[in-house]
Amino acid sequence: MKKIDKLRKSNTFKGLLYIFPATLILIVFKIYPIIKSFTMSFYTDFDYLSGEVYKRGLDNFQYVLRDPDFYLALKNTFYFVLGAVPLSIILSLGFALLLNSNIKLNSFFRSIYFLPFVTSTAALAIIWRWIFNGDYGLANYMVLLLGGKKIKWLTDPSFTIPILVLFNVWKGMGYKIIIFLAGLQNIDKKYYLSAKIDGASKWNIFTNITLPLLSPTLFFVSITSVIGAFKIFDEVFVLYNTGTGPLKSGLTIVYYIFNKFYRHWQFSISAAAAFVLFIIILIFTLIQLKIGKTKSNY
Amino acid sequence: MKRTLQKTLIYMILTVGALFILIPFIWMISTSLKPSNEVLIMPPKFIPSKLIWENYKIALEAAPFNTYFKNSIIVTVSVTAGEIITTILAAFAFSRINFKGRDLIFTILIATMMVPGEVLTIPNFVTLSKLGWIDSYKALIIPWCASIYSIYLLKQHFMSIPDELYNAAKIDGCSDFKFLWTIMVPLAKPAIVTLIILKVISSWNSFFWPLIVTNSKEMRTLPLALSAFTDEFGTEYNVLMAATNIIVLPVIIFYTILQKHIISGVSKAGIKG
Repeated sequence: MKKIDKLRKSNTFKGLLYIFPATLILIVFKIYPIIKSFTMSFYTDFDYLSGEVYKRGLDNFQYVLRDPDFYLALKNTFYFVLGAVPLSIILSLGFALLLNSNIKLNSFFRSIYFLPFVTSTAALAIIWRWIFNGDYGLANYMVLLLGGKKIKWLTDPSFTIPILVLFNVWKGMGYKIIIFLAGLQNIDKKYYLSAKIDGASKWNIFTNITLPLLSPTLFFVSITSVIGAFKIFDEVFVLYNTGTGPLKSGLTIVYYIFNKFYRHWQFSISAAAAFVLFIIILIFTLIQLKIGKTKSNY
Repeated sequence: MKRTLQKTLIYMILTVGALFILIPFIWMISTSLKPSNEVLIMPPKFIPSKLIWENYKIALEAAPFNTYFKNSIIVTVSVTAGEIITTILAAFAFSRINFKGRDLIFTILIATMMVPGEVLTIPNFVTLSKLGWIDSYKALIIPWCASIYSIYLLKQHFMSIPDELYNAAKIDGCSDFKFLWTIMVPLAKPAIVTLIILKVISSWNSFFWPLIVTNSKEMRTLPLALSAFTDEFGTEYNVLMAATNIIVLPVIIFYTILQKHIISGVSKAGIKG
């Protein structure tokens, strides 16, 4: 009995020793900030360096929820999420299905589609800015070829979100295609065989076999895409040269958080906004999980 | 007949997709080699009348790229090495050593994955400025030297290595530490390679964090340098594209060499996460 006790004690010490480096970093830079960020959003009067707090309250949340800029950021972000997520999922699923149909150059196409994903967003945004240049950009050349008139892509507010959606779809497509392909290859071939024997049409096979059996992957991709889309920032920051686009049409929630914190030094307001973002993402994730549970019982 | 038609159609769609992906890259390379008088013209020329490699020289001389390169390499290498070491140690403890509070600690760590990183920025900035680390390598490196996602992924791999191996090694008097590095790590090599590759890419391209924790030119990394570069060379797109290519090229080479690993790694990591 004593021996076991001793062994367990030494095991506990050893275990803690092994997890110490990782856990220390995670506690200091992950767990502590989560707690701190939550409490900080209630500080209304404080000295951030000394850590002294003179007053607490709900003022920061009131400020954020009354700030027209925050609503603009919410609106822009929702608009972006609604455009980017469905479009990128449909396109990548389509391409994944094509690649899955016994194509010889399968891996060649795959590696091309994946290329933007490994490249720095900041660098890519600069290329896109040049493509959408109002006078000499490639985009306007295409428009002219199709018989249209030059468009002021980057200074017309109505094009801001569509450009960001296109950029996001372009950049993230490869990643989603690869995840979908992995999901498609996990589906047991015998289902397709028996469907063929029964003479099912291609569309029927897709809706009755592929889609239901792919639903875990589909939910994984949609949840991560929604979370990622809500956090859009780098693209706007570089595409609009450290600004928020014409008439703030590219002001997103993370951009709002960044502005409050980095440009206006309003730490507690920024923390409150960050928490609102967290709650929004949490609600969306929970809704998606709920839909996922009711729809994928296979 | 119908089958060939179908195949042709599929190939056509896939090629259009590939062009859609590649055109911005081709456009970047083409612009970066153009003489100045061929940049701002309509209709644009895809192939320059002569190749101006000068543009790359101008770009390299316009900004302290040596410093930026050095910073990006130092940060990427240290962050990757740091994360892999802490991950291997922690994943081993969580999968093999049976100690008190193990599952509780692991659950708490996993729960933090749900909080978006942006929420943590402000308190982390305050912590770093209290430590006096703002605008230093420490700020760029240390907070990224541990990742619960990687620990989780590697733990799953470690758990698939049979227990008998561990028990046999124990009986032979092999210490845990030796067992970990001489048996577990080599057996989990594919997973570790995946983690290294993903970390190198994300660290090399990281933008938001270096933007916030550095403010002097000496500490900036490549992606940040580019955004500052655009202020200077706003309309000289040939030089700007040359600078962009200087930043993009290392990753593209890295990717071309390791693409098989990267793609299979991402598909595995994605399905598990």
